[in-house]
Amino acid sequence: MHEMGIAMQIIEIASASIPKDVPDVRVERVNLKIGKLAAVVPESLRFCFEIASKETPLAGAELHIDEIPVVARCKACQAEWVISGPVFTCASCNSGQIDILSGRELNIESIEIAEEESNHEDGQQ
Amino acid sequence: MKMGSNKIQIVRHHKDFHKMPHTHSQGSTEVGTVKSGTREIKIVRRVLDVNEKMAAQNRQLFTDHGVFVLNMMSSPGSGKTTMLVKTLAAVMPDIECAVIVGDICTTNDADRLAVSGAPVVQINTDEFGGDCHLAAHVIEKAAGGIDLHHVQLLIVENIGNLVCPAEFDIGEDARVVVLSVTEGEDKPLKYPLMFRVCDAAVLNKIDLLPYLEYDVEDAVKNIRQIHPDMPVFQLSAKSEEGFGPWLAWLRRKVDQKIKR
Repeated sequence: MHEMGIAMQIIEIASASIPKDVPDVRVERVNLKIGKLAAVVPESLRFCFEIASKETPLAGAELHIDEIPVVARCKACQAEWVISGPVFTCASCNSGQIDILSGRELNIESIEIAEEESNHEDGQQ
Repeated sequence: MKMGSNKIQIVRHHKDFHKMPHTHSQGSTEVGTVKSGTREIKIVRRVLDVNEKMAAQNRQLFTDHGVFVLNMMSSPGSGKTTMLVKTLAAVMPDIECAVIVGDICTTNDADRLAVSGAPVVQINTDEFGGDCHLAAHVIEKAAGGIDLHHVQLLIVENIGNLVCPAEFDIGEDARVVVLSVTEGEDKPLKYPLMFRVCDAAVLNKIDLLPYLEYDVEDAVKNIRQIHPDMPVFQLSAKSEEGFGPWLAWLRRKVDQKIKR
Protein backbone atom coordinates (compact mmCIF):
# COMPACT_ATOMS: atom_id res chain seq x y z
CA MET A 1 0.00 0.00 0.00
CA HIS A 2 2.97 2.29 0.51
CA GLU A 3 4.72 1.13 -2.65
CA MET A 4 4.40 4.57 -4.26
CA GLY A 5 6.48 6.13 -1.49
CA ILE A 6 9.05 3.37 -1.83
CA ALA A 7 9.15 3.80 -5.61
CA MET A 8 9.80 7.51 -5.14
CA GLN A 9 12.61 6.80 -2.69
CA ILE A 10 14.16 4.39 -5.17
CA ILE A 11 13.99 7.01 -7.91
CA GLU A 12 15.58 9.59 -5.62
CA ILE A 13 18.43 7.33 -4.54
CA ALA A 14 19.04 6.02 -8.07
CA SER A 15 18.94 9.48 -9.65
CA ALA A 16 21.49 10.76 -7.15
CA SER A 17 23.78 7.83 -8.01
CA ILE A 18 24.07 8.60 -11.70
CA PRO A 19 27.60 9.84 -12.43
CA LYS A 20 27.64 13.55 -13.20
CA ASP A 21 30.01 13.09 -16.15
CA VAL A 22 27.42 11.29 -18.29
CA PRO A 23 24.72 13.78 -19.26
CA ASP A 24 21.32 12.56 -20.54
CA VAL A 25 22.10 9.02 -19.51
CA ARG A 26 19.40 6.40 -19.55
CA VAL A 27 19.09 3.99 -16.67
CA GLU A 28 18.35 0.57 -18.10
CA ARG A 29 17.88 -1.43 -14.95
CA VAL A 30 17.59 -0.96 -11.20
CA ASN A 31 18.63 -3.94 -9.11
CA LEU A 32 16.80 -4.40 -5.83
CA LYS A 33 16.88 -6.91 -3.01
CA ILE A 34 13.57 -7.31 -1.25
CA GLY A 35 13.02 -9.73 1.60
CA LYS A 36 9.89 -11.81 1.57
CA LEU A 37 9.02 -10.48 5.01
CA ALA A 38 9.18 -6.87 3.83
CA ALA A 39 5.75 -5.36 3.39
CA VAL A 40 6.28 -4.80 -0.32
CA VAL A 41 4.39 -6.34 -3.22
CA PRO A 42 6.80 -6.48 -6.17
CA GLU A 43 4.10 -6.08 -8.79
CA SER A 44 2.67 -3.00 -7.05
CA LEU A 45 6.14 -1.58 -6.76
CA ARG A 46 6.75 -2.05 -10.49
CA PHE A 47 3.44 -0.41 -11.30
CA CYS A 48 4.19 2.60 -9.07
CA PHE A 49 7.75 2.86 -10.31
CA GLU A 50 6.58 3.02 -13.90
CA ILE A 51 4.28 5.93 -13.10
CA ALA A 52 6.61 7.80 -10.75
CA SER A 53 9.67 7.49 -12.99
CA LYS A 54 8.11 9.30 -15.94
CA GLU A 55 10.20 12.29 -16.99
CA THR A 56 13.09 11.21 -14.78
CA PRO A 57 16.36 9.54 -15.86
CA LEU A 58 14.77 6.32 -14.62
CA ALA A 59 11.91 6.39 -17.11
CA GLY A 60 11.58 3.03 -18.82
CA ALA A 61 14.09 1.32 -16.55
CA GLU A 62 13.43 -2.25 -15.58
CA LEU A 63 13.07 -3.03 -11.88
CA HIS A 64 14.96 -6.21 -11.22
CA ILE A 65 13.82 -7.60 -7.89
CA ASP A 66 15.78 -10.32 -6.18
CA GLU A 67 13.46 -11.78 -3.54
CA ILE A 68 15.33 -12.84 -0.44
CA PRO A 69 13.96 -15.77 1.53
CA VAL A 70 13.24 -15.48 5.24
CA VAL A 71 16.04 -17.34 6.99
CA ALA A 72 15.96 -17.94 10.73
CA ARG A 73 18.44 -19.34 13.23
CA CYS A 74 17.43 -20.93 16.50
CA LYS A 75 19.17 -19.37 19.50
CA ALA A 76 18.81 -22.61 21.43
CA CYS A 77 20.01 -25.28 18.98
CA GLN A 78 21.59 -23.12 16.24
CA ALA A 79 19.50 -24.77 13.52
CA GLU A 80 19.04 -22.62 10.44
CA TRP A 81 16.08 -22.90 8.11
CA VAL A 82 14.03 -21.04 5.52
CA ILE A 83 10.67 -19.88 6.87
CA SER A 84 8.10 -20.47 4.17
CA GLY A 85 4.92 -20.09 6.19
CA PRO A 86 3.70 -18.17 9.22
CA VAL A 87 5.51 -20.29 11.80
CA PHE A 88 8.42 -18.72 13.64
CA THR A 89 9.29 -21.52 16.04
CA CYS A 90 12.26 -23.83 15.56
CA ALA A 91 11.35 -26.95 13.61
CA SER A 92 14.11 -28.91 15.35
CA CYS A 93 13.68 -28.06 19.03
CA ASN A 94 10.45 -26.02 19.05
CA SER A 95 12.14 -23.04 20.72
CA GLY A 96 10.64 -19.64 20.07
CA GLN A 97 13.96 -17.88 20.58
CA ILE A 98 15.06 -17.23 17.03
CA ASP A 99 17.01 -14.66 15.07
CA ILE A 100 15.78 -13.58 11.68
CA LEU A 101 18.91 -13.64 9.51
CA SER A 102 17.34 -12.40 6.30
CA GLY A 103 14.00 -11.53 4.81
CA ARG A 104 13.50 -7.92 5.93
CA GLU A 105 15.68 -6.43 3.18
CA LEU A 106 14.53 -3.49 1.12
CA ASN A 107 17.75 -2.52 -0.55
CA ILE A 108 18.80 -0.85 -3.74
CA GLU A 109 21.90 -2.69 -4.89
CA SER A 110 22.89 -1.03 -8.14
CA ILE A 111 21.76 0.68 -11.29
CA GLU A 112 22.79 -0.16 -14.83
CA ILE A 113 23.21 2.68 -17.28
CA ALA A 114 23.61 2.52 -21.05
CA GLU A 115 27.33 2.12 -21.82
CA GLU A 116 27.37 4.61 -24.65
CA GLU A 117 24.82 6.92 -26.10
CA SER A 118 22.96 4.87 -28.64
CA ASN A 119 20.52 5.94 -31.27
CA HIS A 120 18.19 2.98 -31.28
CA GLU A 121 14.85 3.58 -29.60
CA ASP A 122 14.22 0.24 -27.94
CA GLY A 123 16.78 0.04 -25.18
CA GLN A 124 14.75 -2.63 -23.41
CA GLN A 125 15.18 -6.35 -24.04
CA MET B 1 -2.85 -24.05 9.70
CA LYS B 2 -0.19 -26.33 8.39
CA MET B 3 1.67 -24.99 5.42
CA GLY B 4 2.44 -27.43 2.70
CA SER B 5 -0.42 -29.81 3.46
CA ASN B 6 -3.16 -27.64 2.02
CA LYS B 7 -4.98 -28.28 -1.19
CA ILE B 8 -5.59 -24.65 -1.96
CA GLN B 9 -3.60 -23.31 -4.83
CA ILE B 10 -1.90 -20.05 -4.07
CA VAL B 11 -1.64 -17.73 -7.02
CA ARG B 12 1.14 -15.25 -6.62
CA HIS B 13 0.47 -12.60 -9.18
CA HIS B 14 3.81 -10.93 -9.01
CA LYS B 15 5.58 -14.12 -9.95
CA ASP B 16 3.28 -14.81 -12.87
CA PHE B 17 3.68 -11.32 -14.17
CA HIS B 18 7.41 -11.45 -13.85
CA LYS B 19 8.71 -11.98 -17.33
CA MET B 20 11.86 -13.77 -16.26
CA PRO B 21 11.76 -17.48 -15.37
CA HIS B 22 12.78 -16.56 -11.86
CA THR B 23 12.58 -19.42 -9.41
CA HIS B 24 13.03 -19.05 -5.66
CA SER B 25 16.21 -17.14 -5.45
CA GLN B 26 18.64 -18.46 -2.90
CA GLY B 27 21.41 -16.18 -3.97
CA SER B 28 21.89 -13.03 -5.91
CA THR B 29 23.46 -14.41 -9.03
CA GLU B 30 21.02 -12.65 -11.32
CA VAL B 31 21.81 -9.27 -9.87
CA GLY B 32 25.40 -9.81 -10.81
CA THR B 33 24.44 -10.46 -14.40
CA VAL B 34 24.70 -7.10 -16.03
CA LYS B 35 22.68 -6.42 -19.14
CA SER B 36 24.86 -6.28 -22.21
CA GLY B 37 25.81 -2.79 -23.26
CA THR B 38 25.32 -1.38 -19.81
CA ARG B 39 27.57 -0.27 -16.99
CA GLU B 40 26.65 -1.23 -13.47
CA ILE B 41 26.96 1.34 -10.72
CA LYS B 42 26.96 -0.13 -7.22
CA ILE B 43 24.81 1.65 -4.68
CA VAL B 44 23.91 -0.81 -1.87
CA ARG B 45 21.63 1.35 0.25
CA ARG B 46 18.55 0.66 2.25
CA VAL B 47 15.62 2.24 0.43
CA LEU B 48 14.08 3.42 3.71
CA ASP B 49 17.31 4.72 5.21
CA VAL B 50 15.98 8.28 5.18
CA ASN B 51 13.14 7.14 7.42
CA GLU B 52 15.51 5.13 9.59
CA LYS B 53 17.82 8.11 10.13
CA MET B 54 14.87 10.31 11.03
CA ALA B 55 13.56 7.62 13.40
CA ALA B 56 16.95 7.49 15.12
CA GLN B 57 16.83 11.29 15.56
CA ASN B 58 13.33 11.05 17.01
CA ARG B 59 14.45 8.31 19.39
CA GLN B 60 17.33 10.47 20.59
CA LEU B 61 15.02 13.47 21.05
CA PHE B 62 12.56 11.42 23.09
CA THR B 63 15.33 9.85 25.17
CA ASP B 64 16.86 13.27 25.87
CA HIS B 65 13.50 14.37 27.27
CA GLY B 66 12.88 11.13 29.16
CA VAL B 67 9.82 10.28 27.10
CA PHE B 68 8.64 6.71 26.60
CA VAL B 69 7.03 6.34 23.17
CA LEU B 70 4.43 3.67 22.44
CA ASN B 71 3.45 2.96 18.85
CA MET B 72 -0.06 1.50 18.79
CA MET B 73 -1.06 -0.27 15.62
CA SER B 74 -4.10 -2.26 14.56
CA SER B 75 -6.59 -2.92 11.84
CA PRO B 76 -9.36 -0.34 11.48
CA GLY B 77 -12.14 -0.68 14.01
CA SER B 78 -10.32 -2.81 16.58
CA GLY B 79 -11.10 -0.30 19.33
CA LYS B 80 -7.73 1.46 19.65
CA THR B 81 -9.18 4.86 20.40
CA THR B 82 -11.58 3.62 23.10
CA MET B 83 -8.74 1.63 24.63
CA LEU B 84 -6.55 4.72 24.61
CA VAL B 85 -9.22 6.92 26.17
CA LYS B 86 -9.56 4.41 29.03
CA THR B 87 -5.80 3.94 29.32
CA LEU B 88 -5.21 7.69 29.59
CA ALA B 89 -7.90 8.03 32.24
CA ALA B 90 -6.21 5.30 34.29
CA VAL B 91 -2.59 6.47 34.08
CA MET B 92 -2.91 10.26 33.75
CA PRO B 93 -3.09 10.99 37.44
CA ASP B 94 0.51 9.85 37.88
CA ILE B 95 2.04 9.75 34.38
CA GLU B 96 2.23 12.83 32.15
CA CYS B 97 0.87 11.80 28.76
CA ALA B 98 0.57 13.14 25.24
CA VAL B 99 -0.94 11.60 22.14
CA ILE B 100 -0.21 11.74 18.44
CA VAL B 101 -3.06 10.27 16.46
CA GLY B 102 -2.87 9.46 12.78
CA ASP B 103 -5.77 9.15 10.40
CA ILE B 104 -6.10 9.68 6.71
CA CYS B 105 -8.96 12.12 7.34
CA THR B 106 -11.06 13.63 10.17
CA THR B 107 -10.18 14.79 13.67
CA ASN B 108 -12.78 12.54 15.31
CA ASP B 109 -10.24 10.47 17.22
CA ALA B 110 -8.37 13.55 18.44
CA ASP B 111 -11.65 15.03 19.68
CA ARG B 112 -12.38 11.87 21.66
CA LEU B 113 -8.87 11.72 23.10
CA ALA B 114 -8.71 15.42 24.01
CA VAL B 115 -11.35 14.79 26.71
CA SER B 116 -8.54 13.16 28.73
CA GLY B 117 -6.84 16.52 29.11
CA ALA B 118 -3.64 15.22 27.49
CA PRO B 119 -2.15 17.25 24.64
CA VAL B 120 -3.29 15.64 21.39
CA VAL B 121 -1.84 16.19 17.94
CA GLN B 122 -3.90 14.91 15.05
CA ILE B 123 -2.09 13.98 11.87
CA ASN B 124 -4.18 13.72 8.75
CA THR B 125 -2.05 12.02 6.16
CA ASP B 126 -3.99 13.45 3.24
CA GLU B 127 -1.65 16.39 3.77
CA PHE B 128 1.20 13.93 3.26
CA GLY B 129 -0.22 12.18 0.23
CA GLY B 130 -2.86 10.12 2.01
CA ASP B 131 -0.31 7.72 3.42
CA CYS B 132 -1.41 4.47 4.98
CA HIS B 133 1.12 4.70 7.81
CA LEU B 134 2.94 7.28 9.93
CA ALA B 135 6.54 7.81 8.91
CA ALA B 136 9.31 9.19 11.11
CA HIS B 137 9.34 12.67 9.54
CA VAL B 138 5.63 13.06 10.25
CA ILE B 139 6.20 12.16 13.91
CA GLU B 140 9.06 14.66 14.10
CA LYS B 141 6.76 17.39 12.85
CA ALA B 142 3.95 16.39 15.20
CA ALA B 143 6.28 16.14 18.21
CA GLY B 144 7.30 19.73 17.53
CA GLY B 145 3.82 20.74 18.66
CA ILE B 146 4.18 19.06 22.06
CA ASP B 147 6.11 20.36 25.07
CA LEU B 148 8.15 17.22 25.67
CA HIS B 149 9.49 18.55 28.98
CA HIS B 150 6.10 17.74 30.44
CA VAL B 151 5.61 14.34 28.86
CA GLN B 152 6.63 10.94 30.22
CA LEU B 153 4.46 8.79 27.97
CA LEU B 154 3.81 9.64 24.34
CA ILE B 155 1.32 7.34 22.69
CA VAL B 156 1.20 7.29 18.90
CA GLU B 157 -2.07 5.92 17.59
CA ASN B 158 -1.00 4.80 14.15
CA ILE B 159 -3.24 4.54 11.14
CA GLY B 160 -5.55 1.52 11.18
CA ASN B 161 -3.64 -0.87 8.93
CA LEU B 162 -1.81 -4.10 9.68
CA VAL B 163 0.57 -3.93 6.72
CA CYS B 164 2.47 -0.70 6.14
CA PRO B 165 2.97 0.69 9.67
CA ALA B 166 4.96 -2.47 10.51
CA GLU B 167 7.62 -1.41 8.04
CA PHE B 168 8.19 2.12 9.38
CA ASP B 169 10.22 2.83 12.49
CA ILE B 170 9.07 6.13 14.00
CA GLY B 171 11.52 6.25 16.90
CA GLU B 172 9.30 4.44 19.39
CA ASP B 173 10.36 2.38 22.43
CA ALA B 174 7.67 -0.27 22.13
CA ARG B 175 5.06 -1.41 19.67
CA VAL B 176 1.67 -2.81 20.49
CA VAL B 177 -0.74 -4.42 18.06
CA VAL B 178 -4.43 -4.36 18.92
CA LEU B 179 -6.86 -6.84 17.44
CA SER B 180 -10.42 -7.56 18.44
CA VAL B 181 -12.50 -10.68 18.78
CA THR B 182 -14.79 -9.55 15.96
CA GLU B 183 -11.91 -10.19 13.55
CA GLY B 184 -10.60 -13.56 12.39
CA GLU B 185 -8.53 -15.72 14.73
CA ASP B 186 -6.02 -16.12 11.90
CA LYS B 187 -5.15 -12.43 11.58
CA PRO B 188 -1.67 -12.98 13.05
CA LEU B 189 -0.98 -15.55 10.34
CA LYS B 190 -2.20 -13.19 7.63
CA TYR B 191 -0.09 -10.28 8.85
CA PRO B 192 3.03 -11.98 10.23
CA LEU B 193 5.35 -8.98 9.97
CA MET B 194 3.11 -6.86 12.19
CA PHE B 195 2.94 -9.52 14.88
CA ARG B 196 6.64 -10.20 14.55
CA VAL B 197 7.75 -6.58 15.07
CA CYS B 198 5.45 -5.83 18.00
CA ASP B 199 6.34 -6.20 21.68
CA ALA B 200 2.85 -6.96 22.94
CA ALA B 201 -0.58 -7.79 21.56
CA VAL B 202 -3.97 -6.78 22.85
CA LEU B 203 -7.06 -8.86 22.16
CA ASN B 204 -9.87 -6.36 22.59
CA LYS B 205 -13.67 -6.54 22.92
CA ILE B 206 -13.72 -9.71 25.02
CA ASP B 207 -17.07 -8.52 26.44
CA LEU B 208 -18.54 -9.66 23.10
CA LEU B 209 -17.30 -13.24 23.40
CA PRO B 210 -20.64 -14.66 24.61
CA TYR B 211 -22.22 -13.55 21.33
CA LEU B 212 -19.51 -14.80 19.01
CA GLU B 213 -17.99 -18.08 17.96
CA TYR B 214 -14.52 -16.73 18.49
CA ASP B 215 -11.82 -19.15 19.57
CA VAL B 216 -9.56 -17.17 21.91
CA GLU B 217 -7.18 -20.08 22.39
CA ASP B 218 -6.72 -20.40 18.65
CA ALA B 219 -6.07 -16.66 18.29
CA VAL B 220 -3.46 -16.71 21.06
CA LYS B 221 -1.89 -19.83 19.58
CA ASN B 222 -1.61 -18.05 16.23
CA ILE B 223 0.01 -15.01 17.83
CA ARG B 224 2.52 -17.24 19.62
CA GLN B 225 3.28 -19.06 16.39
CA ILE B 226 4.50 -15.77 14.95
CA HIS B 227 5.99 -14.34 18.14
CA PRO B 228 6.39 -17.02 20.81
CA ASP B 229 7.24 -14.82 23.79
CA MET B 230 4.89 -11.94 23.14
CA PRO B 231 2.61 -10.95 26.01
CA VAL B 232 -1.06 -11.06 24.99
CA PHE B 233 -3.55 -8.97 26.96
CA GLN B 234 -7.15 -10.07 26.69
CA LEU B 235 -9.36 -7.17 27.64
CA SER B 236 -12.42 -5.12 26.95
CA ALA B 237 -11.85 -1.43 26.49
CA LYS B 238 -15.57 -0.93 26.99
CA SER B 239 -16.06 -2.77 30.28
CA GLU B 240 -12.39 -2.44 31.33
CA GLU B 241 -12.32 -6.14 32.14
CA GLY B 242 -8.74 -7.39 31.94
CA PHE B 243 -7.30 -3.87 31.98
CA GLY B 244 -5.08 -4.45 35.01
CA PRO B 245 -2.31 -6.52 33.40
CA TRP B 246 -2.18 -4.19 30.38
CA LEU B 247 -1.82 -1.10 32.56
CA ALA B 248 0.80 -2.83 34.73
CA TRP B 249 2.84 -3.70 31.63
CA LEU B 250 2.60 -0.15 30.33
CA ARG B 251 3.53 1.41 33.68
CA ARG B 252 6.52 -0.90 33.99
CA LYS B 253 7.74 0.04 30.52
CA VAL B 254 7.38 3.77 31.24
CA ASP B 255 9.17 3.40 34.58
CA GLN B 256 12.06 1.53 32.98
CA LYS B 257 12.58 4.35 30.51
CA ILE B 258 12.14 7.43 32.68
CA LYS B 259 14.21 6.12 35.59
CA ARG B 260 17.20 5.48 33.40
